[in-house]
Amino acid sequence: MSRELLQVEDLALSIGDTCITRRLDLRIEEGSCWGILGPNGAGKTTLLHTLAGLHPADAGHIRYEGKKLSAYSPKALAKVRGVLFQTEPGGFPGTLFETVLAGRHPHLGNLGWESPADLQLAARMIELTGLKGLENRNTQTLSGGERQRMEIATLLTQQPRMALLDEPSNHLDPGQQIIMLQLLRKHFSTTGRALLMVLHDCNLAMRFCDHLLLLKGDGRYLAGPTQKLATTGNLSWLYQHPVSLQQVDGNTCLYFQ
Amino acid sequence: MPRHPLRQSLPLLFLLMLLAVGSLGVSLMIGSISIPAADLWRLLWHDDGSVQYRIIHELRLPRTLSAFGVGGVLALAGVLMQALLRNPLADPYILGVSGGAAVAVLGAMLVGLPLAWHAPMAFAGAVASIALLFTLAHHGNWNTSRLLLTGVVLAAGWSALISFVLSLSPPMQLPGMLFWLMGDLGDALAPTLPLAILLIGLLVSLWLSPALNLALLGSERAAALGVQIRHLHIFIYVLASLLTAAAVSIAGAIGFIGLIAPHMLRLLAGSDHRILVPGAVLIGASLLVLADTAARTLIAPMQLPVGVLTALFGVPVFLLLLHKSYGEQK
Repeated sequence: MSRELLQVEDLALSIGDTCITRRLDLRIEEGSCWGILGPNGAGKTTLLHTLAGLHPADAGHIRYEGKKLSAYSPKALAKVRGVLFQTEPGGFPGTLFETVLAGRHPHLGNLGWESPADLQLAARMIELTGLKGLENRNTQTLSGGERQRMEIATLLTQQPRMALLDEPSNHLDPGQQIIMLQLLRKHFSTTGRALLMVLHDCNLAMRFCDHLLLLKGDGRYLAGPTQKLATTGNLSWLYQHPVSLQQVDGNTCLYFQ
Repeated sequence: MPRHPLRQSLPLLFLLMLLAVGSLGVSLMIGSISIPAADLWRLLWHDDGSVQYRIIHELRLPRTLSAFGVGGVLALAGVLMQALLRNPLADPYILGVSGGAAVAVLGAMLVGLPLAWHAPMAFAGAVASIALLFTLAHHGNWNTSRLLLTGVVLAAGWSALISFVLSLSPPMQLPGMLFWLMGDLGDALAPTLPLAILLIGLLVSLWLSPALNLALLGSERAAALGVQIRHLHIFIYVLASLLTAAAVSIAGAIGFIGLIAPHMLRLLAGSDHRILVPGAVLIGASLLVLADTAARTLIAPMQLPVGVLTALFGVPVFLLLLHKSYGEQK
């Protein structure tokens, strides 16, 4: 029996007049990989930020490992959940290595000095994301795909138990999308960890996620195992566009008509 | 085994310390009576009753150390403002702190308050400006873009008031007012205060450095990595503003140090605040010591306002560094 890492109860969330969820219930267990699908403007990013504790909810409860979100200190929370953002970081240039190393911040002592183990972890994650050799590059000279992989390496270096990702496949070429999602799933779909990611590509979601949250954008949602939810009826309803499912080499693929 | 990214910056910090010591020495040696390096060490510690001893201990040392303290404080305030606003154009004066101080000081000069009142008036004016901006920008949610815009507009308002006071002032008082506006260390002969402020500011900023690094990644990312970003922003705003207020009260609105010292360090050593903070302090302090030495000797016995020289000296040096740094990237 695996434990629940993230529990959401009766979550109500809205921006202005738009209702994102009215009474959302969600139980994310250790080792699982969830995908959030929904049309533009459905509030996927806002929901993700709310679950991360970066945006206030209207009502309801969010618990990590059974403990209320509000009971965590910011630093303790950063050890439990990590976020991959969709927006571009701006500001001043640093090197790729420094940026990835920033992921260790929640684990550092009061002096804020990284130990050799921290440095090694960052170096290993840079290698796993295929960025070896770019450690001293100015982050502003990286390509979009390299920057996205740097963000993934930073999240892996942070080593949270629950990873909340906003479109991790952004800026990545199709081959890198598969490699990075395999890497993320391998890392987080293990005991003690879990993954929740907003995706736009339904085929990636069906391939990598064992559970789906379909967010309609008017307060309605569907949540459950991918096999049960990924039907032509549900996906046509979600995107207001006719879809068909086909088998390609034993994989179910979605086709928008 | 990867090396700590800051290891390679340690030799640079050592060089900057040498630069700081060298600039202090140069400043003590040069002046109306030049003192050879061979005598300087002895004169620093042994009172031989000579004129040189009195010149060093009563005039040059206090002024040099004041310049060191004020330069370091301005560089520190610049680093903090740039981190707060995530804007490379930010300098300690961008949010109107010096403007508030200037209006108060010029007002005091206009109504004929004695010299001893000028520094307290400047500090009061700066603090009033800090509080006013905070009230205007803090309404509802805290947002640094809004803080920046409000501050820039407030600074513009102060400079209109400065022009207003200048146009009312009798011609006799104008040179004194202009010296203050450009920044001048002629009256800064009590180094204990600026040095103490520098030390406190430096320690607090070093303690904040890891969080400042994350703040540069943006508010969302910093918050996700465990920084209480709103508290941090308010704390940096108050700290940077108070440091600026102190520097301006002591020596007037000396320009350019707070803008270029942080950038010089960024170009030389990257943007990790654990190096940036002490490095910028050393560069800013050395620059102001050298500029002030030039200000009191170039057209001796007359003196120039040091603020004119910081800009004249800083612009070409900065352009050179910028050229080198961008040349390397290609």
